[in-house]
Amino acid sequence: MLEIKEIDVFYGDLQALWGISLEVNEGEFVSLIGPNGAGKTTTLRAISGLLKPSSGSIAFHSQDLEKSSPDKVVDLGISQVPEGGSVFSNMTVIENLDVGAFLPRARQEKDDTLSLVFSIFPRLAERKNQRAGTLSGGERQMLAIGRALMSNPRLLMLDEPSFGLAPILVDNIFEMIQKINKQGVTILLVEQNVRAALELAERSYVIENGRIVGQGSGNELLTFESVRSAYLG
Amino acid sequence: MIQPLAQNLVYGVLIGSLYGLAAVGLSLVFGVTKLLNVSHGELLMLGGYASFWVFKLLGVDPFISIPATILFLLIIGYVIYKLIFARIVTYDVENKIRNSLLVGFGLSIVLQNLALQLWTADHRSIKTPYSGEAFTLLGVRLPVVRLASMGITLIAVISLHYFLKKTYTGKAIRATVENWEAASLMGINIQRVYLLSFIIGCALAGVAGTLVTLNYSIDPSIGLEWTLKSLVVMVLGGLGNMMGTFLGGIILGLTESATGFFIGGNYRQIAGLVLFILILIFRPQGLFGIKEGNK
Repeated sequence: MLEIKEIDVFYGDLQALWGISLEVNEGEFVSLIGPNGAGKTTTLRAISGLLKPSSGSIAFHSQDLEKSSPDKVVDLGISQVPEGGSVFSNMTVIENLDVGAFLPRARQEKDDTLSLVFSIFPRLAERKNQRAGTLSGGERQMLAIGRALMSNPRLLMLDEPSFGLAPILVDNIFEMIQKINKQGVTILLVEQNVRAALELAERSYVIENGRIVGQGSGNELLTFESVRSAYLG
Repeated sequence: MIQPLAQNLVYGVLIGSLYGLAAVGLSLVFGVTKLLNVSHGELLMLGGYASFWVFKLLGVDPFISIPATILFLLIIGYVIYKLIFARIVTYDVENKIRNSLLVGFGLSIVLQNLALQLWTADHRSIKTPYSGEAFTLLGVRLPVVRLASMGITLIAVISLHYFLKKTYTGKAIRATVENWEAASLMGINIQRVYLLSFIIGCALAGVAGTLVTLNYSIDPSIGLEWTLKSLVVMVLGGLGNMMGTFLGGIILGLTESATGFFIGGNYRQIAGLVLFILILIFRPQGLFGIKEGNK
């Protein structure tokens, strides 16, 4: 479904990604783990078209993405929940969800998608007319995920959805992500919360200093020496 | 004492609505694109000339020709944006502001001199058959043209408000104001949002220009004064809030006329600038502004 081959990405003169390759298949739950500054967010930004790789290719259903603008990428069916959620604080919950359904094809199915989102996150229905800026951290993350779902993505990418949340909420959010995956949405999850990410995902990639240094199923990686020593202590 | 004061304040509100309309255009453009278009006043001037010539040559009432003025400014805005601002808008925020200031000053000089060449330095104003008419309410004179002008400003600002509030495109514009990157991840074409906001801002300047020509007069050099007024009002009202910006315009109008009444006509202009400085010191987010959200 998504196939990234040998991409290099630069910030000015600084190379952030070195020949990253990864693959996500239809319906899968894949995670990308690694320490801060390893290039996880950069990888997602490159897929979303916010950064252009200087070499390599990104293909989604055999469509080339590496020259596409972000809005085009969303239209093709890839939605990203950016780091920290980035909800539109001055707009209400429902307005945020409306913006998520901006694309013409998403607008047509808006009512159905909205009831799906409200069934996954009933809290959002309760807070419908509240300004997003007044929501708690957990609610904002739910809104960010719900908003990303409004475009009816086939692939949902999440950038550290657990960041800054209380442990109980983290479990909650992960459960919901799993639920979304069960509805048929393919998931690419970027996480620093390694144990949770490895347990949830069918397959994982380990990224360090802008390079993929390991991959495999969760269990394989849990026993992978460098992962164990680096993240699990 | 009371009656002249009331008269003064009423005039303050009426002219304030023009300040508000001019500023709403500038504020929309700046809020969305972060381009500080200091040739905004010149666009207003062009709108004024457009309705002047349509009135003079074709005899069309300036209130009737407003849609044509809007169309004219939309086209001018499109051309200016594509030729000049489309590239600047891709820079980071700081460079956007700096470069748009420079380019905007250049553009304002070009437009001023163009107007001077084409239409001379004469003051122009529109005198319609009903220009002298007025209602009197409790001893306060309410000129028909000024009332109608305020009506137009209200229609323009309220329409803009509902456009931003209710339509998908309007919501996309507001999302872009808050966080353009997150907005682009929603499938919004940011470049198109920038272009659209820019030309709407130009159209609002054009309408304000029509009203200025009807109520006062225009000449090729009026632009700077209106750009400054718009800037003051934009800061006064607070960014990202169109109704707030409009109210800011009325507050500036009231402050000016109250200063004129109590202190003296020569101090009118100073009042606005003092207000500007006070706001910057004590309430930099503006009277009705919201503090910066995330990003």
